[in-house]
Amino acid sequence: MTARLAGLCLLAVMALWAALPAGAVMPDEILDDPALEARARALSQNIRCLVCQNESIDSSNADLARDLRLLVRERLLAGDSDRQVQDYLVARYGDFVLLTPPMRPATYLLWFGPFALLLAGAGALLLLVRRQRRSGSAEAGPAPLSTAERARLDRLLDAAEEGGKPPASPSSPGPSKGA
Amino acid sequence: MKRLLYFLPVLVFAVVAGYFVWGLNPERNPREVPSARVGTAVTPFELPPIDGSSVPGLSSADLADGEVTLVNFFASWCLPCRAEHPLLMRLAAGGKLRLIGINYKDEAADASQWLAELGNPYDRIGADRDGRIGIDWGVSGVPETFIVDGQGTIRHQQIGPIMPRDLEDEILPLVEELGR
Repeated sequence: MTARLAGLCLLAVMALWAALPAGAVMPDEILDDPALEARARALSQNIRCLVCQNESIDSSNADLARDLRLLVRERLLAGDSDRQVQDYLVARYGDFVLLTPPMRPATYLLWFGPFALLLAGAGALLLLVRRQRRSGSAEAGPAPLSTAERARLDRLLDAAEEGGKPPASPSSPGPSKGA
Repeated sequence: MKRLLYFLPVLVFAVVAGYFVWGLNPERNPREVPSARVGTAVTPFELPPIDGSSVPGLSSADLADGEVTLVNFFASWCLPCRAEHPLLMRLAAGGKLRLIGINYKDEAADASQWLAELGNPYDRIGADRDGRIGIDWGVSGVPETFIVDGQGTIRHQQIGPIMPRDLEDEILPLVEELGR
């Protein structure tokens, strides 16, 4: 019984797995050369379908996406490099056609902005912690006792050891005045 | 130094508010894509006329003969094309510029019937049966309209139907400037 269930689960997983990479590529579009077809698939996954805008041409069923898939394969068959195919499309539709924006001065902010922010934040934090630690080491340890204070402390301790009440001092705050 | 920090929330607010003003502006179309073709020469092409039509086809050479041209991608199956058609008819009657049509992924019979029914504003019509020339122009759907100057350079790309306001604000001023 459990073996059968496990078998069914396996079958379901396999079926889903097979469905995953299929995209919208129709059988008649697939190239005979598996290496070229693999390149076409990889390229298509980074090319935006201009009709649906948030899908790649590899997964879109739009008419234009099919045209572009065929075009990509045609260019590859003609001997274009991956780069040449991308440039061909960018020349017609602009950078927008690429799902991964290209690296160039206009996109530096996009690519490096988050890291720059992270660095700036880390730097600010470091600065803050350092400053706090430095000022902390100067202020947290109170100034050493003066000789007069030390003498008074000794007197108080002596009085406490003898079991008597410490002598009342005019400077010590009364318990009733605490609030 | 610490004083300046008090202004930080104000600064953050200003940046965020500025972003919202830009993002929520009803004039802004978030689907608008900057054109890659504006400023570049028309890719050389040759298109046959619509089968059985008396309107001649066209080639890229026809677009570099010194005259400013409006190139309109249209199809009989395209509803917004029908909406913008009367505007093109008026523009053709006005005689300010030459209109050329590219019939995008259409059946010859359908296109001919469409033109017979609604009128033909175009001097020439090329039939782009497989949409390949459309890809060369950076067309992502119909209707799309381009303004090409006398040297065959694309000067304007309009995605979607031309509205009277596009005509007044962008197309006609550009045509006037190019014609000078």
